[in-house]
Amino acid sequence: MVKRKGTEIVKLIAARIPLHLVIIAITAIWFLPSLGLFISSFRPQHLILNTGWWKAFEWPLRFTLENYKRVLTTANMDRSFFNSLMIAVPSTVVPILIAAYAAYAFSWMKFRGRILLFLFIVGLLVVPIQMTLIPILRIYNKLGLTGTYVGIWIAHSAYGMPLSVYLLRNFIGELPGEMFESAFIDGASHFDIFFRLVLPTSVPAIASLSIFQFMWVWNDLLVALVYLGGTPDVAPMTVTISNLVNSYGGGWHLLTSAAFISMILPLIIFFSLQKYFVRGILAGSVKG
Amino acid sequence: MLIQRVFLSILAVVAVPAVLVVYMFLSEKGLIKSKRKSFTDRIRPLLWLLPALLLISGILIYPVINTVVLSFMSANSTEFVGLKNFAYIFAEKEMLIVLRNNALWVVFFTLLTVTLGLLIAVLTDRVKYESVAKAFIFLPMAISFVAAGVIWKFMYEFRPIGTPQIGTVNAILTGLISDFKPQAWLSNRSQNNWALIIVGVWMWTGFAMVILSAALKGIPYQLVEAARIDGANEFNIFFRIILPLMKNTVVVVTTTLVINVLKIFDIVYVMTNGNLGTEVIANRMYKEMFTYRNFGRASALAVLLLVVIIPVMLINIRRLKEGGARG
Repeated sequence: MVKRKGTEIVKLIAARIPLHLVIIAITAIWFLPSLGLFISSFRPQHLILNTGWWKAFEWPLRFTLENYKRVLTTANMDRSFFNSLMIAVPSTVVPILIAAYAAYAFSWMKFRGRILLFLFIVGLLVVPIQMTLIPILRIYNKLGLTGTYVGIWIAHSAYGMPLSVYLLRNFIGELPGEMFESAFIDGASHFDIFFRLVLPTSVPAIASLSIFQFMWVWNDLLVALVYLGGTPDVAPMTVTISNLVNSYGGGWHLLTSAAFISMILPLIIFFSLQKYFVRGILAGSVKG
Repeated sequence: MLIQRVFLSILAVVAVPAVLVVYMFLSEKGLIKSKRKSFTDRIRPLLWLLPALLLISGILIYPVINTVVLSFMSANSTEFVGLKNFAYIFAEKEMLIVLRNNALWVVFFTLLTVTLGLLIAVLTDRVKYESVAKAFIFLPMAISFVAAGVIWKFMYEFRPIGTPQIGTVNAILTGLISDFKPQAWLSNRSQNNWALIIVGVWMWTGFAMVILSAALKGIPYQLVEAARIDGANEFNIFFRIILPLMKNTVVVVTTTLVINVLKIFDIVYVMTNGNLGTEVIANRMYKEMFTYRNFGRASALAVLLLVVIIPVMLINIRRLKEGGARG
């Protein structure tokens, strides 16, 4: 580096001020909507409805947990939170092993039509979920699966299948072949190799995939609405909140706190597992 | 009741994988015992693929075929009506508004999201707090469309002139512009589609930014530096060097956004429920299903989505194959 005089350095820094201002402004604009919701959710009802949330810090400060108490006890958000968990956890865990089996077969077994079948399954990524709703709803109605956890678990597991097989095959297919050869020579079976070698080494891929699938199911509205919509008893938070919007259009004290409750878990995952989270979202961006 | 459900879920989380493990254990045991190697080699892949194939056939393949058939059938799927449902989609005035709205979303949502994503990627590339700024922009990708819908309904909240505005957008605009009249952004037909599209842009810009930023970092530093030494200004460097090198990534991001926005449902459902001229294909389909009980038209709308998505997906896959998205 050439040594610069003090005034030049000041000039250089000054030239960069507009850049910093633009970035800070954009970041602030992006954060403002969430901040407004968060602050409002702690303000008393009459204040939310009559003054802007930016006045929350005017003296005397009046923050309250009343909205959360109300929305959890009277608007069924407690049960919906529970339902969201009950829906999302199995819908994430169940498809992964199934997809991993398939991905292993596609990667390390030779059979006729292997590439064609794999491309076909990946090709199913283009299918919009809308293409499946009516026939499945009819089958579910006949089998009594509408409005049940089991129905929605099966649906989400299948919807996640093309993406999961694709991602896991890409990962498992890249594992070094020597690893398998030496294991086979030692007399290991496919079963041993899969559970002792493949699954443990695939943990990073499985982590990204699980986060994506969990977030997808947690944030899903359409699938839950169609298969569970008529049954408030099993409705996840997304369905309950959209019902709240319809029935309490101006009930901002309830809506803000309800929306924030639904955001807590995704935000925790986002901040604690950012790397996997971003990877998962990027990988899954074309899903159904 | 609650206990039963928790139990059911734990059962699903523990028992289903357990059953799958036992299934594979027994299959492999049977295969190893069998003496005929050519037979086991053929049957083994099938056993490993079976659970996935069953799920896919039942929940994806069969319904897709069935929906295509239903799209040529009457409202209650009892008689064949030929192309009547499709004719309705492209002729009825109400439906043309739906198609127009989808077109608005595809063009303007995509254009805005890619442009902003690129702009933010390029700008943040020059500062030390890049990752913090990017985290703020990416944050909306973590929350549901439903929560985003609530957040922005609150942003757009309207109060009559003279009363204090509690919606951020109206408050800022009335504060900055002295004769600005507060707007009911979501009811006014000339604005409401734009108001909804902005919500989508707010959510997805982070996605475009992260991918484009990764591609940007893949551009050799010497190339840009050499141009700078030759006296090229930043504007030319961006449009003549950086952008052409990122072309493939821009195409992949664009097509991915188009695929996603074609299926847009939640934002419209939560914020306007498709009223006042804001309906899009997916919302109309939901309404045809549950309000009008017209399964023929609903299926035709789903088929339309698929038909529009396939070519976009093909472009996407071709670009991915060329390796443009690695960056």
